[in-house]
Amino acid sequence: MKTVICPECEAQITLEAGAEVGEIVVCPDCGVDLEVTALDPAAVQLAPMEQEDWGE
Amino acid sequence: MKTTVSIIGGSGYGGGEALRLLLGHPQVEVRQVTSRSHAGEYVYQVHPNLRKRTHLRFSDPSLLEPVDVLFLAQPHGQSQRSIEQYARLAPKIVDLAADFRLRDAALYETWYGEKHAAPQWLDRFVYGLPELHRAEIAAASYVSGVGCNATAANLALLPLVRAGLIDRDAPVIIEVKVGSSESGAEGNAGSHHAERANVIRTFSAFGHRHTAEVIQEMGVTNVSLTMTAVDLVRGVLATAHALVKPGVANKDLWKAYRAAANENPFIRIVKEQRGIYRVPEPKIVAGSNYADIGFELDESAGHVVSMCAIDNLMKGAAGSAVQCMNLMMGWDETLGLEFSGLHPI
Repeated sequence: MKTVICPECEAQITLEAGAEVGEIVVCPDCGVDLEVTALDPAAVQLAPMEQEDWGE
Repeated sequence: MKTTVSIIGGSGYGGGEALRLLLGHPQVEVRQVTSRSHAGEYVYQVHPNLRKRTHLRFSDPSLLEPVDVLFLAQPHGQSQRSIEQYARLAPKIVDLAADFRLRDAALYETWYGEKHAAPQWLDRFVYGLPELHRAEIAAASYVSGVGCNATAANLALLPLVRAGLIDRDAPVIIEVKVGSSESGAEGNAGSHHAERANVIRTFSAFGHRHTAEVIQEMGVTNVSLTMTAVDLVRGVLATAHALVKPGVANKDLWKAYRAAANENPFIRIVKEQRGIYRVPEPKIVAGSNYADIGFELDESAGHVVSMCAIDNLMKGAAGSAVQCMNLMMGWDETLGLEFSGLHPI
């Protein structure tokens, strides 16, 4: 089991078996998109998220 | 054998909500529900959602019998005048009214404009918000109610205060939007449907009585609650503005909010990046005992906005009262409070 720390909220995230570099995962706590940048050791970085109008 | 409970003042909205919860509670048996004005009527004639749930009739308060736990749901000012009598009827009391929320008789007089009728009882009660006083409530015989607006404000501030993230000497401004059931089952000219429907009415810019509970429980003195009536029946949304200490970042807030959610079964963080419900909204918690909290931080200005949505009759009144009873009896604090709310609503 590979774990990473969300750079946005510092939640501990477990990457699923078979995760690949370049894959986008979603932080279960704060909901940001994270790009897997390495696997050994595992690392992620914030991925661009589409901006949208919301809520008004 | 079930624990016996009775409700004094069961015809109001808070008492009715407590009755709804207690009728569904697996460990208790409701013995009596009192109401002077409705004595002899079936309780479902006043609380129509309870039809076919019970055949209880409202009792005259003079006919109250001893029970294990007594819930007081009378208008403010009455329980402090009868507390000696009630204490002879039950070893454990949960009072939903404001009579025993404040520990300091002088603070009570400042905010309620009169001397307390039973000041010697103030320190025998524990403030009834489990998220703040879980261990004390578990050991208590007497627990107070909570102000609905104060509860939304206190839970919005709780993660920030517990983690020491805000400057408690700087102004804390809390805008509170409230539904109409807060004003109780007795009508007035302002609650007449033609006048109350569709309002966004700031009815109390400063000086709302629930401010005293925020001062007492959060230790903030420079605090204002501004109350705005909105077109809801149930629900409170508190939006608190405060200044964080230098260097506090988003990650610190996440850690603090996550701790609050982990320690408390009814606190949930709502801070989503996608979808429709990204921030706490009262309608999602209607009928449930949840308090949904969320935040946004302007790191450059050090300005944090913290939000809390609750159902005023549940987490802000009867739900917290039943949660307190669970703790006082040594039961799982979520017992009888598992309802998740409705969606869509």
